[in-house]
Amino acid sequence: MKNNLPIFIALLLALIQMPVYADMTLEIVTQGAQLTPIAILPFAGDGVGSHQLSAVIAADLKRSGLFDPLNTGGVSPAPADVEGVNWDAWQAQHANFVVVGNIQEEPATHHIKLNFRLVELPNRMAHLNLSFDGSADQYRMVAHHAADAILENITGYKGMFSSRIAYITQHGSAHSLKVADSDGFNEQSMLNTNEPILSPKWSPDGQRMAYVTFELNRPMVVVQTLATGVRHVVARYKGSNSAPAWTPDGRHLAVVLTKDGHSQIYRVSIDGSQAPERLLSSGGIDTEPYFSPDGQTLYFTSDRDGGPQIYRIALSDLRGSPERLTFGSNYAVSPRLSPDGKQLAYIQRDGGAFHVMLMDLATKQTQPMTDTQLDESPTFAPNGKYLLYSTQDGGRGVLAIVSTDGRIRQKLKTQTGDVYEPVWGPLQ
Amino acid sequence: MKKALLALAVTSVLAACSSTPTEQTSAPVAQKTAAPVAVAPAQPMAKEPVTISLYPAKGVGGALGQRTIHYAFDKYTVTDEYMPVVDAHGDFLLSHGAAKVTLQGNCDERGSREYNLGLGQRRADSVRKILMAKGVKDSQIETVSFGKEKPVNPGHDAAAWAENRRTDIVYQGE
Repeated sequence: MKNNLPIFIALLLALIQMPVYADMTLEIVTQGAQLTPIAILPFAGDGVGSHQLSAVIAADLKRSGLFDPLNTGGVSPAPADVEGVNWDAWQAQHANFVVVGNIQEEPATHHIKLNFRLVELPNRMAHLNLSFDGSADQYRMVAHHAADAILENITGYKGMFSSRIAYITQHGSAHSLKVADSDGFNEQSMLNTNEPILSPKWSPDGQRMAYVTFELNRPMVVVQTLATGVRHVVARYKGSNSAPAWTPDGRHLAVVLTKDGHSQIYRVSIDGSQAPERLLSSGGIDTEPYFSPDGQTLYFTSDRDGGPQIYRIALSDLRGSPERLTFGSNYAVSPRLSPDGKQLAYIQRDGGAFHVMLMDLATKQTQPMTDTQLDESPTFAPNGKYLLYSTQDGGRGVLAIVSTDGRIRQKLKTQTGDVYEPVWGPLQ
Repeated sequence: MKKALLALAVTSVLAACSSTPTEQTSAPVAQKTAAPVAVAPAQPMAKEPVTISLYPAKGVGGALGQRTIHYAFDKYTVTDEYMPVVDAHGDFLLSHGAAKVTLQGNCDERGSREYNLGLGQRRADSVRKILMAKGVKDSQIETVSFGKEKPVNPGHDAAAWAENRRTDIVYQGE
């Protein structure tokens, strides 16, 4: 948060529940955080229900755990611009910011354009005067872009709402690979199968997904184009094929193959034109490759020293000795780099529990991020400020979010089945 | 080998395989028929593809009736407790050259899915190594890891986890 921000000190522990998915409930726990009161006024020409863009923006900001969106339901008629705003009323409610604007719709195409201003109180200083537009089927994404602009202006955080997430759902033997907006809306199945699906990974441009499927009884790596559903096999060699990781240029995947024995890391081209190139050689299990954002360093999990630990090695020096990064436990897995490459999230076993950990790569200092059990698959938000991961709640796999400062925690609770292997995609 | 422990099934699929490519008769099946133990007297004469199901009875007393090897957390070494099971299946495979097994490595639900996929592969490989050291042919053994994706016990406690850390020996045709 910027230091010059007027701040309303919230309750020490605020618990908010709100419906997200049809069958998911979001529970947000904010500890010691300062919530910024903000009034997102209904837009002139706004939609209703899930089409109400002012409500989409308010829900986004609320989920960030940084804002307290005030109830604006009684505002009627909705002002189209600053002239119609009852400033004194919002100042009386301690609003630090007011968002006001209008939506214009092209009648023939239903193409919409949102124009809005972000105004700070009490001095009524205009911060933003922006427009976003989109086609009718992207109306919620228009609001997510506006929410990202508001978030960045007030907190300095980069955007995150105009992104999508992917995850696996399981009901009995029915497995689905699903994609949804970051708020859980517009959920779509990419694949339904009675065999396990693992390790979905967004291509850097967000247009394709690599994942592992057991559809042909043993694990193979495929890449699927989201828009068309067309997919092709990238690795189906003898034995096991798994753990895809995109190179930042989107042209190659690191994968784990057992074609030459035990699990080792190889690089394959997306178009399958080159034979797999073995990147590392060890006597143990090498898996979970992950490229640094600059593409220069390979992070991975290996049990070469006994139990699984996290290592890294420069791609320019693959014959050198990998640097071991984790020492705090006999079990550390699932390395993921923050978008700026400065932080490492991973899973560590502590006694009987498995927690999300965060390491500052400059100082190698680590801290546990979660108090849940059996955590898996941490994945950074596009702005690096939140970690989405899977854990268990009541014996079921659920998704959870923790801010990288540890103060904001969310749980996405499902009514049935399991959800796991979440992965946060790039901004749209 | 006690005959009581054996369920020997020879299925001739003369009628059912009319669409099977004929090359199969000359390659893999010819090797099967050259196996040390004659599976069925009629087989050398068969000109059409023949599929063979050959496996010891499951769950019957003795080591050969057992199909599962269990492991400690994050371990893939076959312990002394399970050596008689692996030995018995090794002897069976040695004396039944036409029999084939798939070794399916599995893990409990804790930890990373991908690391568990690697660990399950190690578990299956640990059994394979012992079998091959006994002289079982490479062509008789396949391995696959299901990681933590196919638990036999859906529970979330130590007993369920112990049950799920396993290599299953599955005979072809079983």
